[in-house]
Amino acid sequence: MVLRVSNLEISRGGRAVLEGVSFALAPGAALILRGPNGVGKTTLLRTVAGLQEAEAGEITGAGESMAYAGHSDGLKSMLTVAENLQFWAAVFGRSEIEAALAAFDLRELAGRLAGSLSAGQKRRLGLARLMVTGRAIWVLDEPTVSLDAASVGLFAAAVRGHLAQGGSALMATHIDLGLEEAAVLDLSAFRARPRAAQGDEAFL
Amino acid sequence: MMALLARDLKLAVRAGGGFGLGLAFFLIVTVLVPFGVGPETALLTRIAPGVLWIGALLACLLSLDRILALDWEDGTLDLLATAPLPMEGIVSVKALAHWITTGLPLVLAAPVLGVLLNLAPGGYLWVLVSLAVGTPALSVIGTFGAALTIGLKRGGLLLSLLVLPLYVPTLIFGAEVARRGAEGLEVATPLLLLGGISFGAMALLPFASAAVLRINLR
Repeated sequence: MVLRVSNLEISRGGRAVLEGVSFALAPGAALILRGPNGVGKTTLLRTVAGLQEAEAGEITGAGESMAYAGHSDGLKSMLTVAENLQFWAAVFGRSEIEAALAAFDLRELAGRLAGSLSAGQKRRLGLARLMVTGRAIWVLDEPTVSLDAASVGLFAAAVRGHLAQGGSALMATHIDLGLEEAAVLDLSAFRARPRAAQGDEAFL
Repeated sequence: MMALLARDLKLAVRAGGGFGLGLAFFLIVTVLVPFGVGPETALLTRIAPGVLWIGALLACLLSLDRILALDWEDGTLDLLATAPLPMEGIVSVKALAHWITTGLPLVLAAPVLGVLLNLAPGGYLWVLVSLAVGTPALSVIGTFGAALTIGLKRGGLLLSLLVLPLYVPTLIFGAEVARRGAEGLEVATPLLLLGGISFGAMALLPFASAAVLRINLR
């Protein structure tokens, strides 16, 4: 499934942040979004994930084949690592969690309560959730926050494995994951122009 | 859907899940009433159905802000919204889980607490029936309120203020069923109206809750 974004215009808090954003993401490809803080990376990813509506433009190919991971991992501290993953697998109509536990080195932690994990371990669990969804397009917002170098390596390996199986990934990150196949899109080029006729100022 | 229900029930009974809080509150309120109005058994008998209903309603209110706020804080709602579950289904399951962990224990405890209030012998069955029919409406309406106030800091008080007026019809007809039952009168009319409110709320409010939630998630 090709994710195609064409001429997208998005706003945050009623103010246009990006316009004319277009890209396509084919199976096996990864696209890394760059840009300074506040440029609209998170807003763009949330729009692609369907959590927010676009002001203009079109997104095709997301929907039913997309898995989203935002700033928070959606973990329940009173459930164990395995129970958290099993829950998300069941939500997506699956049951297999072993591969995900292994890929993010969580096997030994499987019986621990998620609330007792460190920030980096929680993040690894949050990323392992993507693998149990079985979805083809991963939409990731700053996936490497609070991960150490070894965990970033695990994550890069997981992404590479996902791409090799025909999946694709769209992510906002500033860390170099060493993914040679990933293209980079700098969002600064798509900043929305300030408009004279926006809001009350038009009356002045 | 079943996974979500099972997870919510599991979370409720684990430490800090809040299971039993509403029930304990209900118990304390009903125990306090005789202290407040004095040891007049005739008076207690007369007010028992209403006191049981108000106690159940307030106990229900106590746990409303947990329905959605916890899932909102840890990002679960965002992820659920992108999962292959309809939002209407998610809020319905959330309301059902709330009813099973809060409403159902109240229904079962009410006849026992009726003894403390010297409830008339004929009233036990109808208190049970009216609460069984009415408490699902409390959970569904409460879920709607929780969806409205999600993302607000300290939204608990606002949630109570929003939801309590919406509870009025359920309270009126629910307490009326219990009162008429206790006095040995015909209960069909208020019971049918109570059932109508419950089923109407269950059928329509999940759509409203889902719409509100979608807007609040933006």
